[in-house]
Amino acid sequence: MWDYSEKVIDHYRNPRNVGKIDNADAVGEAGSLACGDSLKIYLKIENNIVTDAKFQTFGCGSAVASSSILTEMIIGKTVEEVKKITNKDIADQLGGLPPEKMHCSVMGYEALEDALKNYGDYTDLDDLRNEEANQNKPEKIVCTCFNVTENMIWDAIKVNGLKTVEEVTNYTKAGGACGKCKGAIQDIIDTYYKKEAAKEESTLSPAQKILKINNIIENQISPELKKDGGDITLVDIQENKVLVKLRGRCSGCKNSHLTLKAFVETTLKDAVDKNIEVVEV
Amino acid sequence: MGLIYLDNNATTKVDPNVLEAMLPYFKEEYANPSSIYDFAKRSNHAIKEARGVIKDFFNAENEKEIIFTSCGSESANTAIRGVLNMNKNKRHIITSKVEHPCVLNVYRALEKEGYKVDYIGVNSNGELDLAQLESAIDDDTALVSIMYANNETGVIFPIEKISQIIKSKNPETKFFVDAVQVTGKIPIDVQACGVDLMSISGHKFHAPKGIGALYVNSKALITPLIIGGHQERGKRAGTENVPYIVGMARAAELAMDNLKYEATEIRRLRDKLEANILKNVFNARINAGVVNRVPNTTNIGFEYIEGELILLHLSDLGICASSGSACTSGSLEPSHVLRAMNVPFTAIHGSIRFSLSKFTTENEIDYVCEKMPSIIEKLTNISPFQDELAALKRLKH
Repeated sequence: MWDYSEKVIDHYRNPRNVGKIDNADAVGEAGSLACGDSLKIYLKIENNIVTDAKFQTFGCGSAVASSSILTEMIIGKTVEEVKKITNKDIADQLGGLPPEKMHCSVMGYEALEDALKNYGDYTDLDDLRNEEANQNKPEKIVCTCFNVTENMIWDAIKVNGLKTVEEVTNYTKAGGACGKCKGAIQDIIDTYYKKEAAKEESTLSPAQKILKINNIIENQISPELKKDGGDITLVDIQENKVLVKLRGRCSGCKNSHLTLKAFVETTLKDAVDKNIEVVEV
Repeated sequence: MGLIYLDNNATTKVDPNVLEAMLPYFKEEYANPSSIYDFAKRSNHAIKEARGVIKDFFNAENEKEIIFTSCGSESANTAIRGVLNMNKNKRHIITSKVEHPCVLNVYRALEKEGYKVDYIGVNSNGELDLAQLESAIDDDTALVSIMYANNETGVIFPIEKISQIIKSKNPETKFFVDAVQVTGKIPIDVQACGVDLMSISGHKFHAPKGIGALYVNSKALITPLIIGGHQERGKRAGTENVPYIVGMARAAELAMDNLKYEATEIRRLRDKLEANILKNVFNARINAGVVNRVPNTTNIGFEYIEGELILLHLSDLGICASSGSACTSGSLEPSHVLRAMNVPFTAIHGSIRFSLSKFTTENEIDYVCEKMPSIIEKLTNISPFQDELAALKRLKH
């Protein structure tokens, strides 16, 4: 059986704000009956403040608890404050959820996001045009069993720091049925972390960059060359030009050019900056 | 009301008479039955006697056809792997889509090992497609493996008829029956049914967890799954679990004595529960038609509400049941059995199984009948499908 927190138990036993708001200012939906959980959220918004919220949920204990606590979290908040709420906030407010149940908090977040998207603050014409363009270009669905899009997976990875396919399944349900999209999920994870790494790289200061290049030459490249009786030392770094001296058996070796380009330069390009050029002096 | 245990297809309470029969074999008679001295004779004799009881329980011809194992899964794995190893030249297996995971996942593994497996479907009543089964059998079929009754719906499969079909199409094909869900509920007769192998598990009929048995017809040859000592005539190595073997035999005796009560009283209580819920809950439906079912099981789908939520509310009242919903197991997929039956997706996630035992009382059933409508009403009110529910209500009235 699930190890639900006291808060979760309290909320599924006594759900708050159940029902429908007939003249709601924003209505959001997430999930579907076929998938096994589905949520509708109704918001009353006056002077940019959520004055009332109600929900209807088809789902397990943690789905009802997530919806119930979400309505409590948003009543009295401004639209801007509500927009900042993530699935992690919902789970935290509940005192945590079992890993396999995190998708319930994601469903709460998605319904809220859907409600705010439908809420009329798209008065800017450009926004309207973009919105239309986005609607014409449907979002790419990764998991067809549970209708999970690439964006939903991307968001879940970003907000919750997910690292494995299994974690993505726990949070979004994607890959939880036939499992055919597990490869595609892995690709999204890989792409996400590659982009993150790229971001990190572009923010290296010149001093950090020099230190990193030096570290890689000393700890990765030099030991490899030493195995063949050669060695390398860093002479200077000028922008993206890395000046090195080959030593031992490497100096004068007729393959040294190959070593330099195929091994030293590739290693540094992969790890530090793809614009690096290695020059022997 | 205290605890109301209606999940007897998951496991059962150990009968106090079973525990009593076991205790001496923990305390005084702890000898290894293979030892030579007089002290060991009593535990050796206890196993012999137990084997005789289990032989009668199956109505097997010979004690030598009984192998004691540690559980139903081990019995099934021994049967399946054992038969296939003895028929290496045959690469085809037939089973059903609604088998228990302890069988189904063995076949999934065997597919990866190169076997061809046909999974026979069921209709919306949960009945097996016998025509499909018949046409699937060919010269290469090493094994047909069909459960006696389904654990989720209680639907009984026509084992004798299936056996006749198999033998008429390919007399060499072996027939394995997972009987875990019928033991103690209906009489078993391996000879009349024409079964080659049959597995049972003690904890489903008031013996403890950790003991099972496998019937292997003397003409059906198998290799052992666990290799080691000479125990169980070389078919299952490992020092015999004397107290548990004694306990399962005692449970089998009690089960045989209880079959009439099962067929009359337990069936009456199950039917009462079903009829009451159907009458008082407009969005309830039975997940199986008017078909032959084990007397203790009912599977009820509650439309537009989710099963785990129902179970949690039942649990708050001390009522234990189980669900085919995806959320309960964490698997994200609803029950493979209900999906194979094409239970509509409006009801599949809200399906609850109640399974009774000889310890279930009329008061308990009355209490569940009394509480169920208000629980379902509360949860129905939370559902976002109010329009659909209103339409369903109009339809029922």
